[in-house]
Amino acid sequence: MSELEVQATLSRGERERRRGRGRVTPFELLAVVVALFLLVAGLMPGLLAPGDPLGIDPNAAFGPPSAAHWFGTDESGRDIWTRVVHGAGTSLLIGFAATAIGLGLGLVLGTVAGMLGPVVDFSVNRLLEVLFAFPGLLLALLFILIFGPGVWTATVAVGLSAAPGYARIIRGQLIAVRRSAFVEAATVLGRTPRQLLVRHILPNTLAPLFVLGTLGVGQAIVWASALSYLGLGAQPPAAEWGAMLSAGRTYLTTAWWMSFFPGLVIVLTAVAATVLGRAIERRARYA
Amino acid sequence: MRTRTSSTPAIVGSPARRDRVRRVLRHPVLVHSAGGVFVLWAVATLTFFAVRLIPGDPAQAVLGGPGSQASPEALAAVRAEYGFDQPLFVQYLRELGRLATGDLGRSYALNMDVAPLLLAQLGGTLTLALLSLAVAWLLALALATWSTQGGRAARAFGSGLEITAAALPHFWLATALIIVFSTGLGLLPPISVPGPVGLILPVLTLAVPLAGFLGQIMRESFEAALESPFVLSARARGEGELGIRFVHVLRHAALPAVNLSGWAFGSLISGAVVVETIFARPGLGRTLLNAVTVRDVPVVIGVVLIVALAYIVMTLATDLAGAALDPRGKRA
Repeated sequence: MSELEVQATLSRGERERRRGRGRVTPFELLAVVVALFLLVAGLMPGLLAPGDPLGIDPNAAFGPPSAAHWFGTDESGRDIWTRVVHGAGTSLLIGFAATAIGLGLGLVLGTVAGMLGPVVDFSVNRLLEVLFAFPGLLLALLFILIFGPGVWTATVAVGLSAAPGYARIIRGQLIAVRRSAFVEAATVLGRTPRQLLVRHILPNTLAPLFVLGTLGVGQAIVWASALSYLGLGAQPPAAEWGAMLSAGRTYLTTAWWMSFFPGLVIVLTAVAATVLGRAIERRARYA
Repeated sequence: MRTRTSSTPAIVGSPARRDRVRRVLRHPVLVHSAGGVFVLWAVATLTFFAVRLIPGDPAQAVLGGPGSQASPEALAAVRAEYGFDQPLFVQYLRELGRLATGDLGRSYALNMDVAPLLLAQLGGTLTLALLSLAVAWLLALALATWSTQGGRAARAFGSGLEITAAALPHFWLATALIIVFSTGLGLLPPISVPGPVGLILPVLTLAVPLAGFLGQIMRESFEAALESPFVLSARARGEGELGIRFVHVLRHAALPAVNLSGWAFGSLISGAVVVETIFARPGLGRTLLNAVTVRDVPVVIGVVLIVALAYIVMTLATDLAGAALDPRGKRA
């Protein structure tokens, strides 16, 4: 099991419990608002915070939240609100890139296991079992040990640790689709294996990946910021949420806002991703 | 995942004896242990070859990295001592031989043997992880019992609470707990002091997000079990709602959560890296992080192997516990 598989199981339960489209719950509305805010902040940070995220102002150091500095300022007088907004781009980029890496690797492994017969399936399953013995961040830490810390190694490391979870879900989905009646019918109609895979099996396997991807982006952002927090990802003074939280650790007693607000955004992002993933799952039409 | 041997080796002897031997060979504990040994070997092999990808001379790393300007003689001595001058395959076999005898090698940075170093750290991390697992179970159980008794509002509240708890990153929760309970109220120490008081905040940090995950799973199976015929008949007999939950429903509801505990344990160990660092608590996680930061390869490999071993044992334990709770899966 991986965190992703747990998440996927949970959101599937959501669908079974409440069939049909249903109305938008307040929780979901809030998640959409958070997601929109993140997208705007990621694409056009200047719109929400015109200041410079790295601009220092020693006179304003350690300022508590005020009208001029909504989230307060840090040890060099940098505006935390500006940094949080500008950090959204970095975090979203890391989240999407890591998910793409994990999903891509998982897709290759899962498809190979599900399509190429029992021997390959057995081998891939053993490989996944071995990878699952590096729980959570362990695989990422091993990767960073080899390639050194940094934003991009952290991103690849997070994607790599998520890949086994994706692979196992995709494999299961693929096998379920292969056994379904419409694929059997297509086989009887004389479709070539290639047509079967491209026209029937893959599209039906890929649809659930939207849910997985949404859940995965939230998780990847949290993991990447954890690595930055530990000093293995983005390095200060970069405006990255995990690195900002880590920088605020030293001033916890005197300037709680330095840690609190970057952390709050991470939590909001993670919750929004979970709620959105489940909302998509609940409304999905696929089998 | 359950591995099953499809072919049994040829066994000589009377049919009855053969039957007995076959039953022993197919015993879940044995099958799982064989699978576990395979995974351990694969983990050791994977890490051995993966760390060879580290750019630079390993002898240089032993002597403190490229900045240390070690003399060629010292480098040659280290190469001979650690066997870096041997062919890769010989190094690999030697490493496997060492690992099989429980020798994890020598730390580059700390100048001491890895096995005793990690053994000293193991207890703290295991205490933290197992205690957190227990607290998470209790929290999840309390929430599931409570929220399935109330109406729709209680359910929605419980579900929202669980989703939020599950999404809390350890490093933020730890920071928030320190802000509230240490700097704010002054009740608990911000760093982990020896003894039970120092364990409260670290355990809460690890337990709350996990309780969010377990709680969702439990509530789901609670609700399914509450609609089953045996609950209806228990109600018809006049048993109380709380009694029904603890006597009849719990066994069914706990099953999926028990099956998840292997995963949960793994995620707790990985969470321990963060928590031990924040609360300055000695343990495997903090040792691992330090070793990754200074590229102390033998220590990292040692931690990875120990975690893999703990994970395998925990998975075996949850599989057996699941089988004991649910006799339906037992083969005649």
